[in-house]
Amino acid sequence: MSTVVFESPLSHRDVERRPSLARLVAVELRKMVDTRAGFWVLLGILGVTIAALVTAYFAGSADDHTLRNTFVLAAAPSAILLPLVGILLVSSEWTQRTTLVTFALVPRRARVVAAKALAGGTLAGLALVIAMGLAALTTAIAQPDVNGTWSLSSQHLGQIALYVTASMLMGVGFGALLMATAPAIVLYFVMPIGMSSIGAIPWFDGIVPWLDWWSSVSILADKELDATEWARAGTTLGVWMVLPLLAGLWRITRTEIS
Amino acid sequence: MIKTENLTKRFGERAVVDDVSFLVEPGTVTGFLGANGAGKTTTLRMLTGLSEPDGGEAIVLGGRYRDLPNPGRRVGVLLDAAAQHGGRRGREALAISAQLMGVEQERVAALLDLVGLDRSAARKRVRHYSLGMRQRLGIAHALLGDPEVLILDEPANGLDPPGIRWMRELLRDFADRGGTVLLSSHLLHEVQALVDRVVIIDLGRIVAEGSLAELLAGSGTIVRGEDDARLRSALEAAGLEARPALEGGFVVEAQPEIVGRAALEGGVALSRLAPSEGTGLEQLFFDLTAGADSTNGARADRMEVAA
Repeated sequence: MSTVVFESPLSHRDVERRPSLARLVAVELRKMVDTRAGFWVLLGILGVTIAALVTAYFAGSADDHTLRNTFVLAAAPSAILLPLVGILLVSSEWTQRTTLVTFALVPRRARVVAAKALAGGTLAGLALVIAMGLAALTTAIAQPDVNGTWSLSSQHLGQIALYVTASMLMGVGFGALLMATAPAIVLYFVMPIGMSSIGAIPWFDGIVPWLDWWSSVSILADKELDATEWARAGTTLGVWMVLPLLAGLWRITRTEIS
Repeated sequence: MIKTENLTKRFGERAVVDDVSFLVEPGTVTGFLGANGAGKTTTLRMLTGLSEPDGGEAIVLGGRYRDLPNPGRRVGVLLDAAAQHGGRRGREALAISAQLMGVEQERVAALLDLVGLDRSAARKRVRHYSLGMRQRLGIAHALLGDPEVLILDEPANGLDPPGIRWMRELLRDFADRGGTVLLSSHLLHEVQALVDRVVIIDLGRIVAEGSLAELLAGSGTIVRGEDDARLRSALEAAGLEARPALEGGFVVEAQPEIVGRAALEGGVALSRLAPSEGTGLEQLFFDLTAGADSTNGARADRMEVAA
């Protein structure tokens, strides 16, 4: 019976070759959609996006439905909900204990973290393409009778892409830093409340704009930023996205897997 | 080939793996035996690069596991059958690893067939698997990359007697083809039929190592004295080879009367002198790992020798 194992076709290619980073990214993307939870979360984001566009279409006046407006609306559910996907992408390895499999197959753990971040970025890109498609469809159906119906500056487009991608990577960073789902999700939702409470203390009110995700990063979707606003967005991204990713990478490469 | 040299791991002050050295050669199935908490799992995790040793070396196929470019293609690892995503289908769990390792997807079906998971089982989500089914999936996963070495933590756990027989044939076949197998267990009767060599660990230390036949040889005697150092020199003076059992006492490859006479000549009072003849691996395991009387109770709780 066991001869089947050895007779089944198996080339000896790749035995001595490291799996490429591109392949690791492809596997991580697959892992995001091949579980029941992952599949429904992503389908849920799509559903919320469609619901938001349909509601806006029926509630608002036709002239509001320029591509700029519909795209900002269509990208919002992704910006808010993709961080949860990013958190799960990392933390579920610990809650489901699949780290024992993942890191046994890829012992260079930094490559796994890199693959997860890149897979998160890829999924964010995909979400943006779908959001753009749905936004364009909504605008085409609404046929607003105003100038610049189809105008969207490349800077604004880039800002929205940055906003959605950075949100996703912030989630990946939270998941990597905390290596657990619940605290990472709590941190994500408590962060804005915490920031506004701190902002209420007079001494801190000057600092908060440089650290508050919900004012200085989400503004990327609303308008083209000036130099100060870019500086604020940059510091906030550094604190909430770059630092957790680096600290998470540091922790994951050193922790005991059990 | 698997080799550990003075492998040590501390959690705080406590050494959970203490100066462990052993060798597993190709063509053999070696059982790594010990009670729960004896240090088996920690040793296997150090061998597979998941845990960093505090001292010594863990060597797989001539080097460190984490230096293998594509480890799944050379070393099959099953560390915990429960460590699969509950929301993923059985077939998919194998398919993603096959994709990662660069193994043809047709092999997934061949392995599901080999371990006896049929189409409907393969379509189920792992959450709905019994422990026995998870073990079978885990074995399939370990064999997926057509490895030369298998490292399996408690693979017999949850298997029914036909399942154990099936695994014996599978591992025997693997070893006969030149494969190296290291499998751990805390249930002796389960692996007695599976292995041809054993390494026994207790409280982080290796207390016995050898071929099953050697360790079960009827000539052995278990001896314990009031003073271990004097007992040892008495045995050595009589030209007897003594392997230390944990916390005092020795296993000697000689008849009890010869061991007793050696002790008499050395002037050592004995607290125990018994043949290990016909006692089987369970008794051997118990004798080697059960130390001083004061700790017997606590240790018996951790061991399921009679299960």
